[in-house]
Amino acid sequence: MNILVCISHVPDTTSKINFTDDNTKFDTNGVQFVINPNDEFGLTRAMWFKEKQGANVTVVNVGGPETEPTLRKALAIGADEAIRVNTEAKDGYQVAKELANVVKDGGYDLVIAGRESIDYNGGMVPGMLAGLTDANFVTNCISLEVDGTNATAIREIDGGKETVSTSLPLVIGGQKGLVEESDLRIPNMRGIMMARKKPLNVVEPSNAETETSSVKFEKPVPKGAVTLVDADNLDELVNLLHNEAKVI
Amino acid sequence: MSVLVYTESEQGKFKKTSFEVASYAKAVADQMGTTVTAVTFNANDTSELGKYGVDKVLNINNNDLEKFNANSYASVIEQAAKKEDSKVIILSSSADSKYLAPLVAVKLDAGYASNVVEAPSNTSPFTVKRTAFTNKAFNMTSIDTDVKVIGVSKNAFGLKESSGNASSEDFSPSLPEAGVTVQSVDKATDKVTIADAEIVVSAGRGLKGPENWGMIEELADVLGAATACSKPVSDLGWRPHGEHVGQTGKPVASNLYIAIGISGAIQHLAGINASKVKVVINTDPEAPFFKAADYGVVGDAFEVVPALIEKLKAFKAQNA
Repeated sequence: MNILVCISHVPDTTSKINFTDDNTKFDTNGVQFVINPNDEFGLTRAMWFKEKQGANVTVVNVGGPETEPTLRKALAIGADEAIRVNTEAKDGYQVAKELANVVKDGGYDLVIAGRESIDYNGGMVPGMLAGLTDANFVTNCISLEVDGTNATAIREIDGGKETVSTSLPLVIGGQKGLVEESDLRIPNMRGIMMARKKPLNVVEPSNAETETSSVKFEKPVPKGAVTLVDADNLDELVNLLHNEAKVI
Repeated sequence: MSVLVYTESEQGKFKKTSFEVASYAKAVADQMGTTVTAVTFNANDTSELGKYGVDKVLNINNNDLEKFNANSYASVIEQAAKKEDSKVIILSSSADSKYLAPLVAVKLDAGYASNVVEAPSNTSPFTVKRTAFTNKAFNMTSIDTDVKVIGVSKNAFGLKESSGNASSEDFSPSLPEAGVTVQSVDKATDKVTIADAEIVVSAGRGLKGPENWGMIEELADVLGAATACSKPVSDLGWRPHGEHVGQTGKPVASNLYIAIGISGAIQHLAGINASKVKVVINTDPEAPFFKAADYGVVGDAFEVVPALIEKLKAFKAQNA
């Protein structure tokens, strides 16, 4: 099986979010970048397929040279090769178009992406990629099995889960649950050394157009101080929730 | 030309989010000087939609669409949009809508903005405010294509009633190959889900063990709330992954979020930031959650929660 794992290069979940240039650009100063957590679950599942069923795993990212350490980390975790589409990621459609070219050129049977990135939270790339490549698509995926060209997946729905059957070629939007958190891998020294020798191919973009543009960012209005209620006076809490906040 | 809205229903009845997206669509239609058309799938009574600004309903009754299927539903919306010459298509932020929206966008070559929290600030260029960085910031996004797809965040816009009657028209679109077949659905029908809940009661490691969740469920029951938990709790297997709220779990945009025994890690706070009113109950007065909360009780959950349940029961009895 030929698997492509889409990797987003995102700020670590503990990052403080700030903006520069009159609130038009994300301030990367002092920010640690990581593999998007939803993609990391997908990468780990791809490793499972590689080890148990035999698969070649390629990781791909649309971004500038600054994203290469994230791709190298994915190689150190065990991916066989990496592709970087050499352009700034500007919106989901442009990223999906560039990825669709990679998918068409590489003849991948299975494409695993995270259900959304934790920076722009667009949640559009996996679905758009499936639409652009005419592949089947399952998102919010918390389980995936592949048998020949048939696949069975479980996806999270509001209030439960749904088991679906489909066939390859398939794009999935993965998330926590696809593998256990305890199965996520930290690259070891051998993996890091091997990753240096694995191919990281830089391909030039098709210069796909964007459909949306970021105008500016805003931060939420700072909150006022908490109103503390004495633990022995919970009537007051009920009263505040009813009369002041009007939520009960 | 009309604004098209996708309405979700379950067993023939509209979900509340359908009225919220209809309300949003009405606001957009007013800004653009046009009307609202809703697409419904096997709904029993479509007249309710008129109360939320829908002018016309395209009513689909088809047994093959009984179960949600993203590819088929996206194709139906595409055909409806073309029939109505719709330039704006509005969906909710439910799991199904988020599955559908990018497929619809590709079919219509439309720009898509998800997690939108306000009516457009401008319709030329078409500019919307959406959450980004998991609720740690907002992004003003302009959608630059002729056709636009918008996913509205839950509880962000609210319900806006308007006086109107929706006309109804049967619609029989052609269906593509489904591609994905539903084998089984596992859903607790008697429980309030995090996605639909107005109130969420969430607990963390301060509860000390899964055996202590009875009082959390009872509090949720009294409030008609959904239950949720922090990441360590789901990692420890005390509660299912589906209840994990936070940056790598579920985002919550409820009216009221009650956090019990959760210290308030930055990833958890990001996940609940969109909730309107936050209450925290924690023994540690230095817990970071107190800085993010509207109301707080410093106290032992094992004493505060049972007492709060009794107070709420008394309040409900009085206000019944």
